[in-house]
Amino acid sequence: MRSYAAQRAALAVVQLAVLSVLVFVLTSLLPGDAADQRFVETLTPDQVERMREQLGLDRPAIERFTDWFGNVLSGDLGTSLISGGPVLDIVRASLGATLVLTLATLAVVVPLAVALGIVMGTRENGRLDRAITSVTLALSAIPDFVVAVVLVAVFSLQLGWLPATWIGGDLLASPVLLVLPVAVLFGRTVCLLSRQVRAGTITALNAEYVVQARRLGVPRRRLLLRHVLPNAAVPGVQELARTGDTLLGGVLVVEAIFAIPGFATALIDGVETRDVPVVQGLTLVLAVAALLINLGADLVCNRLVPRTELLR
Amino acid sequence: MSEALNRRGFLGLAGGLAGGLGLAAVTGCGGSAGDPAARPQQGGRFRAVYAGGGTKEVLDPHVQSLFVDIARHKAMYEKLVELGPDLKPVPRLAEKWEPDAQAATWRFTLRDATFHDGRKLTAEDVLYSLSRVADPTAPERVAQSSLAALDLRRCRAVDPRTVELTLTAPNAEFPALLAGIGTQIVRAGFKDPSKPVGTGPFSFVSFEAGRSMVARRFDEYWDGAARIEELHVLSAEAEARANAVQGGQAEYANDMTATFARTAEAGRSVRIVAAKGSTLHAFVMKVDRPPFDNPDVRMAFKLLADRQRLVDVVLAGRGEVANDLFGKGYQYYPADLPQRERDVERAKSLLTKAGALNKEFEIFTADASAGFVEAATLFAEQVAEAGVKLKVTTGSAQTYAKDLLTQGTLGSHRSGAMPIPQYFTDRLLSKSPFNVTHWKRPEFDAGFAAAQVLTDEDARAAKYGELQRTLRDEGGILAWGHPDFLVAVGPKVQGVEAVPPNTLDSGRFDKVWLA
Repeated sequence: MRSYAAQRAALAVVQLAVLSVLVFVLTSLLPGDAADQRFVETLTPDQVERMREQLGLDRPAIERFTDWFGNVLSGDLGTSLISGGPVLDIVRASLGATLVLTLATLAVVVPLAVALGIVMGTRENGRLDRAITSVTLALSAIPDFVVAVVLVAVFSLQLGWLPATWIGGDLLASPVLLVLPVAVLFGRTVCLLSRQVRAGTITALNAEYVVQARRLGVPRRRLLLRHVLPNAAVPGVQELARTGDTLLGGVLVVEAIFAIPGFATALIDGVETRDVPVVQGLTLVLAVAALLINLGADLVCNRLVPRTELLR
Repeated sequence: MSEALNRRGFLGLAGGLAGGLGLAAVTGCGGSAGDPAARPQQGGRFRAVYAGGGTKEVLDPHVQSLFVDIARHKAMYEKLVELGPDLKPVPRLAEKWEPDAQAATWRFTLRDATFHDGRKLTAEDVLYSLSRVADPTAPERVAQSSLAALDLRRCRAVDPRTVELTLTAPNAEFPALLAGIGTQIVRAGFKDPSKPVGTGPFSFVSFEAGRSMVARRFDEYWDGAARIEELHVLSAEAEARANAVQGGQAEYANDMTATFARTAEAGRSVRIVAAKGSTLHAFVMKVDRPPFDNPDVRMAFKLLADRQRLVDVVLAGRGEVANDLFGKGYQYYPADLPQRERDVERAKSLLTKAGALNKEFEIFTADASAGFVEAATLFAEQVAEAGVKLKVTTGSAQTYAKDLLTQGTLGSHRSGAMPIPQYFTDRLLSKSPFNVTHWKRPEFDAGFAAAQVLTDEDARAAKYGELQRTLRDEGGILAWGHPDFLVAVGPKVQGVEAVPPNTLDSGRFDKVWLA
């Protein structure tokens, strides 16, 4: 187990290094640089050129990258080319909102998806199974922005029950701000997740040992909780780890529509303004998070159902 | 300049706008005394939402470039001079000004204004502010090129309330330059932009780039304390702005789309305040490159544009047709010129003469501004009727402004509101930094230079008029539309003026109130 974690960690470091090179190269391939962004027909080409020198953008790419990489190794994510402030501040400021949003969504989605999955799995192809399947599938088929627009139109603009955006809002003072964004993110993930739990439940129910346990007269409740659920949870947990990217895509839309100053917004801003250190910093944090989540998921699965093939 | 005069100027410009769009809007100009909504109320919190700029947003008034920054800075800082609704300079911190006979040395008398920290405005503050803008080690100060005309070493404080500014070359338009963006007056010794101290109607409370700024009414404001108690200037994209103002989370939403205006006007929750024809949409032809180095081809293209249709489709009807010139409704605009009409037959004969018929050309555009790609596509259809094939090439939105200077022969162009002479200086002189049409004519430069030193306003206007005529017939600007500038306000909001952006009364929140 320990060597497994160490192996994974070593791999993660290599992955991060490759990723940071890739991100740097890709952002460098975009037309224009951070100095050009200031060229909004208010700064003259001469001013932009002087600014480029000040920002050090006239230096060779290799030099800029190695500088940045050295800083990262010493724990410094560098300075934003646009705001002039530390990248870490931007990461911290934007991470908060997204983290709250994601955790709140998971807090709603996970218990519900597990419950729905088990209900569906134990009633395979029954009427309830088919009903839940159609509803969740339909929900996940609607694009996030459509859901968002409809929810806002009904609950904010028509009924006036919920705030339409986070503009000027304070999450601590009014947690109600979370309701609509979480509702939008909910649809997609609950469907994917509950379907995985359902599949896991069916597999487990048909597994030899469960069939045997049933023959031995193990009570149904005990059978479900002790034998079926842990097995059914494995694809669920793995799916949950994969949900990260689905969720991030959704978060992007949700952040834009509800004016949430979060991670996705910061990342897009960074790319649009060619603020390479910010893009690098945000991607790195995102990558570390993804690696940790996947590692965590594997370890959890390993704990739930110790199987040797997971170790490889 | 009294407020009343401003208002009259505004009414003249916007003429019939309120009625035409079915708006009870634009109160504060006249307004019947019996109507309780027309009587200014005190107090309250006013939330204004602008397009956000993320980490690009700044507190430094000399670095501003976004509407949201300009609105924030306007709340806290002021300029010596501002622009009226017709883009003509009006006094602000400078109570009055007087040039010498050559318009080379200008004497400004300062108003009795107080900074937020209680100190009085002095000539030293003005000199410090101007030298801060000009600081060559800070290339991001936006007014550097427009104030390059200042000879700072020869500028001086005559007394605490009088400052004498000397130029390197005479310029009768100098006050307008002081009204440009990024020319705010800060306190002498001002170093830390995160602690703003200005003379404006609101004093600073807090700021978070990409999110919000909060400011509070400044009771000592020389122009009368604001009516609202607290001002929030917030950032959000178009969709969120629309939702916020409709959902009652904001009282004011800046720069709204025509589509939103249509749906908003059908409902009751918001009002649209539309500034008529306040900016410019155009196609620009590079006059030094084939085929547009041939004046006949330029004229043919101008004759092929169906301007009304472009306005109807691309601007959803919310705008006016343009006449191949910048600045409709502004000071010095030659309003007497006949409107350019479509004439496909004449265009065809010009193209035949130039040997440009049945050839393929390219139009360079990008998603850099609303309507660019749509307009280019529609225009390509319009020229096709005369046998000209126009291929639409879409570039990168982020670098479009820069690319347009060098790339292509025909492209999309948009300009915000600024005085006409400034548009000329920026774009139409041989040395202009943003000369997208590559219009480089020594005789035009000379004509402009001669006009700029005329201290008699009528004589100057006549000269500018001649230059604009030349430009309209020979230049590379095919101006097709002047879009309205649309702002949405909540039902309780009063006192929002329908004026072009970058003018005194745009984004000005010390005069608004909540009924």
